[in-house]
Amino acid sequence: MAGSINLEVVTPDQSVVSEEAQMVVAPGAFGEFGVLPGHTTFLTSLSLGMIRYKDQSGSERLVFVNGGFAEVMQDTVTILAESAERRRDIDLERARAAVKRAEERLAEASKKEDVDFRRAHVSLQRAITRLKVAETR
Amino acid sequence: MATLKDIERQIGAVKKTQKITKAMNMVAASKLRGAQDKMEAFRPYALKFAEVLGSLAERIEADEEHLPPLLAPRTEVKTVDLIVMTSDRGLCGSFNTNLIAKAEKFLKEKADQGVEVRFICAGKKGRDYFRRKKHNIIDEHIGVVGARFGFNVAVNSGREMIDSFLAEETDEVYMLYSEFVSMAKQAPTVKQLLPIAGVEKVEEDQEAADEVYVAEHICEPSAEELMAEMLPKQVYVQVYRGLLETSTSEHAARMAAMDNATTNCKEMVTSLTLIYNKARQAAITAELMDIVGGAEALKG
Repeated sequence: MAGSINLEVVTPDQSVVSEEAQMVVAPGAFGEFGVLPGHTTFLTSLSLGMIRYKDQSGSERLVFVNGGFAEVMQDTVTILAESAERRRDIDLERARAAVKRAEERLAEASKKEDVDFRRAHVSLQRAITRLKVAETR
Repeated sequence: MATLKDIERQIGAVKKTQKITKAMNMVAASKLRGAQDKMEAFRPYALKFAEVLGSLAERIEADEEHLPPLLAPRTEVKTVDLIVMTSDRGLCGSFNTNLIAKAEKFLKEKADQGVEVRFICAGKKGRDYFRRKKHNIIDEHIGVVGARFGFNVAVNSGREMIDSFLAEETDEVYMLYSEFVSMAKQAPTVKQLLPIAGVEKVEEDQEAADEVYVAEHICEPSAEELMAEMLPKQVYVQVYRGLLETSTSEHAARMAAMDNATTNCKEMVTSLTLIYNKARQAAITAELMDIVGGAEALKG
């Protein structure tokens, strides 16, 4: 299809992605959705997951995203996330270590039936998703 | 009158102080740059967020009866929380004094209306002050303002505020921060956080935004649910902004204060050197008189 979408992923700390894309796929609250140029205006919250987009050269790029909102207009997609990371910026070693740490914490929290359990669970999910983004080819 | 040695020592001391203030000035300058960069990086997010929230609010506002709890003002206000942002460290001129004065004014206003004020202190200076005054401090965040901190700090403290607001422990929440107006001016500012008062629209792009939002979004989940999810974030965004502004202001204030101190040191060295030279001159004259007097006596 002709045209391109201007994809912006911004977090409070920085603008993570700002480039033209041919297609964007993002994890909406009600499931994954894809956006092509000329999409109708659309606003949704995002769940934890990954954004996939095809850049101008047609190669697929991945971005880890931790919740937030996506606003889709004619030919722009703006994603407001509390945190987001491009695949190439994710440190594989650190991502693995984070998963391990989160697992340990979860095991500990479940023993004590602590209120921390939920939080530990969420952080494990986050760590796993991040690792998944880093390892996807 | 001070001896030559004394003056010499004094000059040395002032020069050392000057070195320190100069160094602090430069440290503050580099930290200021970092803080400003962070503010700059936050701007796109804040603008976009306000835009989306504004467009959502427009669609929901029609229904006055069923305001989300975070938007609904309380009919009777008995307790308010105030988050006071000050710096952790001193030597930044009247920066903290100004903030605390503003807090006292706020406290007095509320006390006159018979409203109890609880304090949340972000920053050591403010906490120490309110602790000395035996005010009611419910929470404190040290090591945030002026240091490296992430959005999660704002999220955590914002969540606590929201929780205590929803639990009706407090009826209103305000934030006192130092707005960074310019390098020379930092204005202590009070802002209402909860209930969220009138969602702000982006001022500069008001018209452009209006045009764009003629087209209604398809919302998923519903606009109301999205709103409910966004409102707490609005508080976090505000708190984060407050923290960023206060940090930037702190560094700017310290820079100015240290610049002043360095200039004062310089002046002091100049005037002390003058005194030193005069004293030295006087001593030499006195010695000369002695020698001449002695020689005259021998001649005689």
